[in-house]
Amino acid sequence: MDVLLPRSLDEALAMKAQRPEAMPIAGGTDLMVEVNFGRLRPPAFIDVSRVPELSVVQQENGHIFLGAGVTYAAVVVGLTVCRPLVQASRSVGSPQIRNRGTVGGNLGTGSPAGDALPVLAAYDADVVLRSQARGERSMPWNAFITGPKKTAIAPDELILGARWRRMRGPGSFSKIGTRNAMVIAVAGLCLQVDEDSRRVKIALGSVGPTIIRAREAEDQVSEAMESAGVWQDRTKRPDDAVIEEFAGRVAAAARPLDDVRGTAAYRRHACQVLARRALSWALDERALPSWL
Amino acid sequence: MVVRTRVNGEWREAEVWPGSSLLSLLRDGFGLYGAKNACEQGECGSCSVWLDGALVCSCLVLAGQAQEREVRTVEGLRDGTQLHNVQQAFVDAGAVQCGFCTPGFVVAVADLLEKDRNPSSVTIREALSGNLCRCTGYQKIVDAVNLAATRLQART
Repeated sequence: MDVLLPRSLDEALAMKAQRPEAMPIAGGTDLMVEVNFGRLRPPAFIDVSRVPELSVVQQENGHIFLGAGVTYAAVVVGLTVCRPLVQASRSVGSPQIRNRGTVGGNLGTGSPAGDALPVLAAYDADVVLRSQARGERSMPWNAFITGPKKTAIAPDELILGARWRRMRGPGSFSKIGTRNAMVIAVAGLCLQVDEDSRRVKIALGSVGPTIIRAREAEDQVSEAMESAGVWQDRTKRPDDAVIEEFAGRVAAAARPLDDVRGTAAYRRHACQVLARRALSWALDERALPSWL
Repeated sequence: MVVRTRVNGEWREAEVWPGSSLLSLLRDGFGLYGAKNACEQGECGSCSVWLDGALVCSCLVLAGQAQEREVRTVEGLRDGTQLHNVQQAFVDAGAVQCGFCTPGFVVAVADLLEKDRNPSSVTIREALSGNLCRCTGYQKIVDAVNLAATRLQART
């Protein structure tokens, strides 16, 4: 096994072009577990944790670019404008894990339990990739993650980061697990209100083979808010029946399995409860005076 | 591969299998047995050290990732024969039973108190959420944190 230690993006891309079988490693919080337990023996690792270009956070033209190497600890202190992402990041592992784990790692691993992924899905984020031969390309998150732990990345590419349009409106991330720390989600949910497109966006984690957007529920609640005049008047709320129907549709969108962390029935129920809460929080927050 | 790293202020190097963790470099390469090898999956915090000033589980850092970097371990806390404030507080509060998790806790508590000299009980619990103790029930560990914080504040 070789360990390659690039110090710049160009160097890392050149190494990846020459050694496409080399596995990128950043925080190691997923990969080193597999190595320690003898389940992973790649021919080479490329340590991308010291590639400065991957640690950037940029805000420009109403968009946010989050470098693949930004740690969860850095998101918590540095990206307060994206509250759901901060909440998701703070729910990852423990202080030790958040100091190492990266959003790029969540993307590269492509597990439906990656806490940052429902947030990126609700944001309609694009994943930005780069290779030495073909340069940069980007694709929507759901084109990038093609299945459980499967992604569309080419062997000579590295993940540069994720980019999304900064949305105006409240949002939250919530997660069900057996304790508050060091827990893989039994169910995770991100709800983001987009005041400009008048749409409620909702994404689910850990309740299906990949991250799931509950688009029928989004259509139903966004339209109900339109016809009740809620978008125009922030102090108005849709009827409780609308919120209940929304929660039911979110639960129906889940495709959970029974596993060691929870049963399918419990996970579906959790989605319903989390969806109801998240929508209620968002509506409460919309109704607050704008000076708050 | 040969990994060269600055450990507790001193440059050292050792030959390791390239898939080794920083934990294994510290223990098997440098003979520093303070960081403990327990879960090997980042769950227990027994292997906590600082890498370039950040609290990490050394079992999840590839040894090569520590190449030319600064590592601080529990062995670096003591000043000669004088225990570090956090170590002394663990002794005085009786926060040690079997002792296996203690180095990881001491490092995590020292990290916390370097950032927050007067942590609330909620902050303490969250800061220690990555360290497991199967003996104490945590209360005496929390007592030790409060004792260390009180002494730290009294000093200045």
